[in-house]
Amino acid sequence: MRQAAFRSYAFHIAVIAALFLLQYVLPAYHIGTFTRIMVYAVLAIGYNILFGYTGLMSLGHAMFFAAGAYGAGLSVYWLGFGPIAALLAGVASAFVVSLLAGIVVLRVSGVAFLIVTLMLAQAAFLATLYFNTITLGDQGIVLSLRPIEMAGLSFALSDPSVKYNVALAAFAFALLFSLWLLRSPFGRILIAVRENEARTKLLGYNTFLYRFWALVISGTLSGLSGALYCLLFAYVGASFASLQYSTLPLLYTLLGGTGVTLGPLAGTAIMYYLIDISSSFTSSYMIIVGAALLVITLWFPEGIGGWVRRFLRRKPA
Amino acid sequence: MTLLETRGLSRRYGGVTAVNDVSFRLEQGEIRSIIGPNGAGKTTFVSMICGRIPPSGGAVFFEDHDITNMSPWKRVMRGIVYTFQITSIYPKLTLRENVALAVQRRLTAKPGLHLSLSPDALDAAIDEALSAVGLNNEADRLAGVLPYGHQRLLELAMGLALKPSLLVLDEPTQGLAPGDIQPFCDLIRRTAKTSTILFIEHNLKVVLDLADRITVMDRGAILAEGTPAEIERHPAVQQAYLGD
Ligand SMILES: Nc1ncnc2c1ncn2[C@@H]1O[C@H](COP(=O)(O)OP(=O)(O)OP(=O)(O)O)[C@@H](O)[C@H]1O
Ligand SMILES: [Mg+2]
Repeated sequence: MRQAAFRSYAFHIAVIAALFLLQYVLPAYHIGTFTRIMVYAVLAIGYNILFGYTGLMSLGHAMFFAAGAYGAGLSVYWLGFGPIAALLAGVASAFVVSLLAGIVVLRVSGVAFLIVTLMLAQAAFLATLYFNTITLGDQGIVLSLRPIEMAGLSFALSDPSVKYNVALAAFAFALLFSLWLLRSPFGRILIAVRENEARTKLLGYNTFLYRFWALVISGTLSGLSGALYCLLFAYVGASFASLQYSTLPLLYTLLGGTGVTLGPLAGTAIMYYLIDISSSFTSSYMIIVGAALLVITLWFPEGIGGWVRRFLRRKPA
Repeated sequence: MTLLETRGLSRRYGGVTAVNDVSFRLEQGEIRSIIGPNGAGKTTFVSMICGRIPPSGGAVFFEDHDITNMSPWKRVMRGIVYTFQITSIYPKLTLRENVALAVQRRLTAKPGLHLSLSPDALDAAIDEALSAVGLNNEADRLAGVLPYGHQRLLELAMGLALKPSLLVLDEPTQGLAPGDIQPFCDLIRRTAKTSTILFIEHNLKVVLDLADRITVMDRGAILAEGTPAEIERHPAVQQAYLGD
């Protein structure tokens, strides 16, 4: 068992190292793409903790993504925060929003959970428009950011290579955190809630509490992604709270394989390139995305990660 | 000493009264069997004891505390452990992981965050529980691929791993291979040294072999209660149940 843990960490660290080296071989355009992929992968990792591991399908993660983005963006714009303080403010605001959402959805699961999270996220979206004196609504806020000052050095967030490495650092943190979490006693219970909630209650676990914390952790990680997106691309607007940021992580996770730690990265990268490539020769690229999803659900219901894992005959991690 | 007591416990489903005003006592250290025809209300009754189903009326006391409104997970932490009539395990997890969930619950009983567990303590307790039911050689298989009888034994292993003070078993031998029944009885007798046992059972041979006392339920109420010898002689019991 301990050897398996070591191998698992080694493998995940190797993936992070490979992503680090990738910046020295990728052409500039793809560096930008991979930066976005890693930021979105953090969102998907957060989503996977709730959907893949705990078995709760949310359609409201845009609200956490936006909470992170607005927490960061507004604190830069109105309070003059530097990038690191703004990132922390974004994560903190997503944490608070997750706590509130968790209290509301605590007792619902299944389809009701889906609908309640969707409604909450729509309410959050409307709130970003309603409070347009602060958020500048639809039009959003273009930020001018101070560089990150660290160890006497100064890193400008407009530099693509700084962006890439900041995104990589956040991705590495999210990935290793999710791996650690899911191998911990807590993660074992999340999986138990997904697999058989009635049994889990009668083993002595307050399953509501575990679902609640799974939501809070999931939402906070998604907020990290939102804060990062805002800071790396120097913009925040109401579109961050739109439905698309709820459906994308679902698609990424489904494609990558639910309940597989590396699934979100694989799913995000493939879906991102799929959209990117198909949108270059047709404006109705969503048809291609839809077709890809059909293929996945029909022939690879466990996603790429699940398929690879089955191929390697490894037990669920 | 009385370990468990119910007073006027009832459960209605619309017009059906599944359990009707049942007052019941269980002494510490006893092996008690509940028997009765299909639909007598046995499962509903023990489900109210473990908190899976809320009662429509009456109260449940455990170690002299009123636990009527206590959540099922808190009851487990107090020592009341239940195995389902229809096996409830984690089919997509290995046997080891199934039992680990029960062991973990016991090892993390003290308040705190419990961010990690000693793998040695975990492994030792898992092996102990799986060995007790003879499934230690299957530890790394997926629970869902086991034959049904072995899934039942797995669920029992999960119950044992919690080291309950009251172990409630709902028709534990149903689905067991004939060869597994005697080892099961031996295991229950060993377990009874440290736990009180309350089990619903249709196999009369098992009941007469294990039970110190028997409670007979019929149509939601207690029809008779006594030692196996008393119950065998009881006229109403012979008519309602044994005689068919
Ligand atoms: N969820 C429910 N909804 C409606 N009626 C129910 C429900 N659960 C049980 N009942 C009814 O309550 C009565 C008692 O059921 P219960 O399952 O407790 O009986 P039992 O003694 O365990 O039977 P068996 O020996 O078949 O397991 C039955 O008439 C049953 O149909
Ligand atoms: Mg029953």
